Amino acid sequence: MEKFTTHTGIAAPLKRSNVDTDQIIPAVYLKRVTKTGFEDALFAGWRQDPDFVLNQPEFQGASVLVAGPDFGTGSSREHAVWALRDFGFRVVLSPRFADIFRGNSGKQGLLTGIISEADLERLWAAIDAEPGVSITVDLPARTATLGELTVPFEIDDYTGWRLLEGLDDIGLTLRNEDKIAAYEARRESWKPRTLPVQTSTAE
Amino acid sequence: MTTTDTARPRTLAEKVWDNHLVVEGEGDEPDLIYIDLHLVHEVTSPQAFDGLRSEGRPLRRLDLTIATEDHNTPTLDIDKPIADLTSRTQIETLRRNAAEFGVRIHSLGDAEQGIVHVVGPQLGLTMPGITVVCGDSHTSTHGAFGAMAFGIGTSEVEHVMATQTLPLKPFKTMAINVDGALKPGVTAKDIILAVIAKIGTGGGQGYVLEYRGSAIRSLSMEGRMTICNMSIEAGARAGMVAPDETTFAYLEGRPHAPKGQDWEDAVAYWRTLPTDEGATFDAEVFIDADTLEPFVTWGTNPGQGVSLSDVVPSPEDYTDPNERAAAERALEYMDLVPGTKLKDVPVDAVFMGSCTNSRIEDLRAFASIIQGQKKADGVRVMVVPGSARVRLEAEAEGIDKIVTDFGAEWRFAGCSMCLGMNPDQLAPGERCASTSNRNFEGRQGKGGRTHLVSPLVAAATAIRGTLSSPSDLQTAGEVA
Ligand code: SF4
Repeated sequence: MEKFTTHTGIAAPLKRSNVDTDQIIPAVYLKRVTKTGFEDALFAGWRQDPDFVLNQPEFQGASVLVAGPDFGTGSSREHAVWALRDFGFRVVLSPRFADIFRGNSGKQGLLTGIISEADLERLWAAIDAEPGVSITVDLPARTATLGELTVPFEIDDYTGWRLLEGLDDIGLTLRNEDKIAAYEARRESWKPRTLPVQTSTAE
Repeated sequence: MTTTDTARPRTLAEKVWDNHLVVEGEGDEPDLIYIDLHLVHEVTSPQAFDGLRSEGRPLRRLDLTIATEDHNTPTLDIDKPIADLTSRTQIETLRRNAAEFGVRIHSLGDAEQGIVHVVGPQLGLTMPGITVVCGDSHTSTHGAFGAMAFGIGTSEVEHVMATQTLPLKPFKTMAINVDGALKPGVTAKDIILAVIAKIGTGGGQGYVLEYRGSAIRSLSMEGRMTICNMSIEAGARAGMVAPDETTFAYLEGRPHAPKGQDWEDAVAYWRTLPTDEGATFDAEVFIDADTLEPFVTWGTNPGQGVSLSDVVPSPEDYTDPNERAAAERALEYMDLVPGTKLKDVPVDAVFMGSCTNSRIEDLRAFASIIQGQKKADGVRVMVVPGSARVRLEAEAEGIDKIVTDFGAEWRFAGCSMCLGMNPDQLAPGERCASTSNRNFEGRQGKGGRTHLVSPLVAAATAIRGTLSSPSDLQTAGEVA
């Protein structure tokens, strides 16, 4: 997982609240067998509409989503985070996130920063005034800066640390490699092994 | 060999947990728990393999991993290419991934292919005192052996593949005490449906359930698996039964069961696993086995069940407004009128199968009722063994013949109509008595209506064409 310190990119306003994971990625895309390549699935329903914000030329290549409250509610599908990430988003700012979505994001290197509703309005106004403007998200400072405007965001310390270190769950666990190996060395010999293959004869 | 205080009286679940502690979490951190057995199937594994590939990570313990195909496999014409494209892709992807990473796989056509929760126990891989995970919620089935077994999500599947561990917070424990003797015709399935009706579909949330008491002790391993299987329908992450002589007898001699000195050591250790005298559970529930009757669900969640001799309940019976609304919706979906005798409800289909009830003993129970009978006119009856091995065993006993003589379909192994990912589905509006575990709207096919029942009730229903228990056959003089 890539380390995250600061990121600068185009800010896209998503002026909707309660964006659930079905909107982020409709269920039909869940049948795929890969973990990447979901960029076309992101907001697939809404992107049919030529007026949808991500269809506007100013917001091509956007990497910071500034969304209304209660982002990522509904089904726990991790695909929602994959789709955002594959589309190019590195940050979502919103006044409120669904817990499971926020948990999934932290594990996949997508920063979810909580901002106040007042700052949300300010950011939207600033983007409206200058569509396509860049925003800089500074994780150590916990701030997002867009031109003259700097707003604070919240993220819990643990998730913030993991993003800074670029540690996914597996990377985190593998820091205990020696302890896993030690456990394996003392693991009882009667415990199951699938190899070598032994098959039964019909009874 | 644990890092915690072992002098304190502990429950079965705590003992297994302690034995698998790799790192004890400090403060709010989760513990790191070692996983002894990882079962893999085609639906939840592709992204996990993809994740390993993109990070360049190997699969850590191929010798603790086994894959089989179940959810998408056809139960007819298994030698032909799979018609549904998504199903075919998932299965082909699993085969490719297994070959690339070196995972043992039992594919369609192999004697050990079948529902992952049937295959583990049948090979003797599932045993007491181990941890078992699989990207499938009904992994709780394996708890019947006194294992700690639970379902995980796709990212956890990848985590186990890469590290053979999982970061986990300890579960709370709940004792489900079932004492007494079951009446004839009442089975493990009826016990668990009664438990779920009692504690509700959320009642087990955050808990590992330990099923205890004389009624549980007297069950076969198949019966215990049926019960642990549906722990998930009570909201629990896992269910367990302490190992005993029944467990050891079932395991001994199976292909992957310990041999020689290992067997002696294992049994000696397994005997120490039952919950200690004086250990405390975070919650306790009591069920009187003597009073239980064959159970059936009338609604669209597994907690909406009553005795088969009852009538369809009325929403008015519920004081909780949410439950009342849920009952109203369920009755509408199920097209049932309150006050109707459940035994008067006609069915279009009977499904005998799924990881809840598709083992050899289940098929024997079903066959014992239908033997020499003819199915009711107009009822489609499908019998789907849990694994190819179970199918072979049943055929050696002549069960296939009993099934086909009865007028039912004898199919190849897989999940089949339990969730209708393959072509085995109900048509809209069709009503089915099913031995599976979920009666959600559309679970067995869009618009399909599911009544969860035991194999015995499924058999009697197939004969009479309305929801029935074996005792109805006797009173009607239909069975000698
Ligand atoms: S039989 Fe049904 S419940 Fe069991 S694993 Fe298959 S789909 Fe899931």
